Formats: sequence, C-alpha cells, structure tokens
Amino acid sequence: MAVSTPVLPAAMAGEPAGARRRVRPGRRVADRALKLVSAVFTAVGVFALGWILLMLLWRGFSALGPSVFTSITPGPGSAGGGLANAMVGSLVLTVLGIVVATPIGVLAGTYLGEYARVSKLASLVRFINDVLLSAPSILIGLFVYVLLVAPFGSYSGWAGGVALAIIAVPVIVRTTEDMLRLVPNGLREAAAALGAPQSKVITLVTWRAARSGIMTGIILATARIAGETAPLLFTALNNNFWFSPSLVGGVSNLPVTIYQFALSPYQNWQELAWAGALIITMTILGLSVVARFVIRKEVAR
Amino acid sequence: MSLVASSEHILAASHAGSPRPSHSGFDRIFRAAAFGCAALVLLVLAGILAAMLYGGWPAFREFGFFGFVTGSVWNVGADQYGAWPAIAGTLSSAFIALVIGVPISLGIAVFLTQLSPPWLKAPIATAVELLAAVPSIIYGMWGLFVFAPLVANYIQVPLNSVVEGLPIVGTILYSRVPSGTGIFTAGIILALMIIPFIASVTRDMLDQIPPVLRESAYGIGCTTWEVVRHVLVPQAGVSIIGAIMLGLGRALGETMAVTFVIGNANRLGGSIFDPGSTIASRIANEFNEAADLQLNALIALGCILFLVTFAVLIAARLLIARVQRS
Repeated sequence: MAVSTPVLPAAMAGEPAGARRRVRPGRRVADRALKLVSAVFTAVGVFALGWILLMLLWRGFSALGPSVFTSITPGPGSAGGGLANAMVGSLVLTVLGIVVATPIGVLAGTYLGEYARVSKLASLVRFINDVLLSAPSILIGLFVYVLLVAPFGSYSGWAGGVALAIIAVPVIVRTTEDMLRLVPNGLREAAAALGAPQSKVITLVTWRAARSGIMTGIILATARIAGETAPLLFTALNNNFWFSPSLVGGVSNLPVTIYQFALSPYQNWQELAWAGALIITMTILGLSVVARFVIRKEVAR
Repeated sequence: MSLVASSEHILAASHAGSPRPSHSGFDRIFRAAAFGCAALVLLVLAGILAAMLYGGWPAFREFGFFGFVTGSVWNVGADQYGAWPAIAGTLSSAFIALVIGVPISLGIAVFLTQLSPPWLKAPIATAVELLAAVPSIIYGMWGLFVFAPLVANYIQVPLNSVVEGLPIVGTILYSRVPSGTGIFTAGIILALMIIPFIASVTRDMLDQIPPVLRESAYGIGCTTWEVVRHVLVPQAGVSIIGAIMLGLGRALGETMAVTFVIGNANRLGGSIFDPGSTIASRIANEFNEAADLQLNALIALGCILFLVTFAVLIAARLLIARVQRS
C-alpha cells in the first residue's frame, strides 16, 4: 500500500507514453482497427439513410403540387393527374386494417399479459406472434387471396383490409402485453381486494394504466401497414378510378400506385410515384415520431 | 402453497372461482374473447400454411415436390414450372445481403454500445430506427433510379474490362448487359434493409450484458477489441446469431424492393450481376396475370418460401429467447 501509492500517480501521469511502450503493437492495432471499422460502418449506415431521404425529398417535392391532392390518377399516356383516389383508398384500407386489428390485438395481448402469464399455451402464442411479427408480408397477401379473393371471385378492399389487419395484429399484441406487464401488481391487487371481477380489473384499472402504451402500439402498427405494398397486390389490387363505396372490385391505393407508376415509362407517372413516395414516407416517419413521443410522455409520468 | 406463490398466482387463483355471480356473465365472456383472440394468432399461422398447401397442391401433384423444387424451367407458354431459379435467386441475394449487412450491423451495434460519445448515441440510434420504418418500396425506387445506374457505371463497366475472358471469375463477375439491375444490386438493397434490424437487436443484447463484466475487463487492462472479442461476443454470441437469422428471414421474404432491382429474369445466370428473380419477386410480378397451373405454381413457390422463412425465423426466435431467459 505504502509502496503502490506513489507509483500510481506517476503511472497515470505518464500514461500515453507508458501505455504505448507496454502495450503490444498487435493489441493496439486490433483495437484501433475495431474502433475505426465500427465508426466507418456506422457512418455508412447513417449516410445511406441520409442519401435515401434527401433523394426522396428532392424528387418528391419537385413533383408535388396542388393537383396531386385534387386530381385522380391519370390513365396511361394522359397528362397531369394526381393521387387523390389512391390517397383516399390507402386511408380507407389502413383504417379498415387498424379497426379490425385493434380489438383482436388488444384482447390477445390482454390474454397473454393478464390471464395466462405462465401457461404453456400462452408461451406458444407469444412465440408464434413473434414469428408472425417478421413474417414475409407477401405470404399474408397470398393467404388472404386464397381465403377471400379466390372464393368470392373478385378483388376487394375488404380483403386488403384483412391482409393489413393480419400484419398489424402481432405488433399490437406484442406492445399490449409488454405495456400490461409494466403495470404494477399492486393496482390489480387493490382492485381485486375491492371485489372487482377480473374483467373489471382489466378494463377499468390495468387498461387505463397502460393506455398510452397500448396507443403507441396501435400507432406503430398503423405506421407499419401504411406502407405495405405486397399484401395489397393480390387483395385490394389497384386502378386509376374512384373505387365503389362497397369496396368490391379494385381499390386504388398509394403503395401499389407508386409501384406501378415508378416502373412505368411515362414521365408524369414516375413523378407522381415520387410525390406519393414522399407523402407515404413522411406519414410513416411522422407516425413513428408521434409513437415515440407518446412513449416518452408515459415514462416521464 | 399460496403463501409462497407470487401475487400473480394469487390473483389467478382468486379469480378462478369468482364469488360474484352478478358479474360472472360478462367476466366469462370477456375471458373467452381474450382467449379466442389469442387462439386466432395460432389459427392465422395454421391458416397460412393450409392456404399455401391447398393452393399449391396442383403444382406439387403435377411436378412432384422434388421435381418442382429442382426444376429449372419456368415456361408459361409450355405450362412447365420449376422453382429452382427463384430459389437460387432468393438464396444468393440473401447471402450477398448477409455478407455485406452483417459486418456493418455489428459495427453499428459495437459503436453505439462501446465507442460512441453520449451526445451522438441518441441521434444515431434514432436514424437507424427510422431506416427500419422506411417502407420497402422506397428502397426499391432508390435502388432502381439512384443506385442501379451507379452500379452499372462504376462497378459493372470497369469490372467487365478487367475480368472479361478470365476463367471462373470471368463468369461470376461478368455482366453481359451492364444495366445495374441484378442479383448483386438486390443483395445490396437487402443489406441496407436488414441493417437496422440486426443492429438494433444486437445493440439490445449488448446492452443487456451486466456492465460489471465489461468494466472488470477494462479494469485489468483489456483494450476495446479484447473486451468485445473475449467478453461481449461470448456473452451475447448466440443471440447475435439469432439477430442475424432474423435479418435473414427478412431478406428471404422481402418483396417490393427486390422486385424493383433484380431484373426479373426467369433464367438462372452464372454471374452475380445477371438479372434473376427471387420467390417473392416472381410472385409479385406474375400473380395478377396468372391463371390455372401457373397460379398454383406461384402459390407453391409461396409454400416453399413459407417453409424456409418460418424455419429461419423460428430458429432465430429460439436463439434470442434462450439468452433472454438465462
């Protein structure tokens, strides 16, 4: 102790020079290489995002005009046009998907988080839900085609809504369960001690306590399905007209319109595709930011 | 028993025999509804498999399962369908995506957890998460209009002049039509798309490692490289593999971005720059014009994609879950 105390400041004062002498060059090179490589890779990732977003902003804003919001999608070879029908169609399909998915997702999440935290079945459901969370969306499109389009012989907005709902449900289930688990057990015990049956405990106490967390899940699910293209290709289809209010037959929607217009040879179609891409990306990023904001508010409370 | 049981068990037990008959009607319905919705999740998975098998059955019956998987001809005119070119395109583009995407993702995860100054952490983490939220069709447009011309001008044309006529390399790296679209470009776009997933899961895993392990390694004089190599990787190794497989699952099933840039050829080329197709891009391309056996063959392709991706995803989740539990 008496010996080491005077040594320590000396070693620390001379650290850069001393360390360089004592550390084997191989160790130093490996360390430098790791730091450099991971910093460069991070820069590459951030650069790619910046590049994609800037490109989108530039091409999108230069194509954006008032007619994009007022006119319907133009036919092949005709000039001008907008995306009004596609935007309304996308809104209808997304709302339909979320309206179907929310009760199912919240109830399933409630089952996992409140009723069956430790049962075998619940862990199976939890596992399958996690797998579905990253399932290829095109398979869900095929599934709904076989289930709802082929038997009825017609593409429809309903089938599109169901396909989007199937994609949204796992997101909502997951966040609902996670948020319910954050609710302190004391709240449930207090409610149960007052004689409330479990359904009352859940609907009046735990759901309320986890409300903003569950809302976050729903917003995230909306962001997720708003940009989905593949599942709509074979279910809602797409066309250049206003869709019928019964949603039977093709329902024009933004993602599939972007896909078809971007790959077309027509100049105005390609420009509309960029405008649509900008609108959809900004909507989704906006929703993600809102979801984040809601979470932060919850944590702060 | 109930004394030592956790409050969860007590709650569950007390509600098992609810003493208030006035509420029990709604209570039972509510519980049944919650159970039904949870069961629906299982039903959806079973339903997807059943729909794929049902829809693809005529194609499997016509060509046989192995005949369909190994058949290399996809000829709509002759009603002859084989899945091999699409399977090979799926596997090779996903492979390229992993080769490029995994080192970058791990680099980002290490940077965020070990090296980044605190003020830089939040912006980078947010940027990476936003990258995950961008819809895949945007990646496709960027790939087709911005990235593919760059690949054509700065990779394919120079490379062609170097490798032309060489054995093996001259086949794998030679592009007959330097258009920029092809399996290589698709692989790069896929790499960009899986980076946020692998990076954020890996970062979570590295964050979960108790800081005391890291600190004690630094304390005995380890360099950052040694801490990563001998402490973090052994601790989080299995779950990092799980995160990579999660990314692989996404790369295998990604549709729109790939459809934009892969070139959509029905034949299998020898070069990584040749246009090709993946299972998902083939389905997206042909489905709406398909009828009869072609339709069945496309759904059968979907069935193969289902089996492969779900096997990968299940393995990924098992690997991740194993670490989270311990």
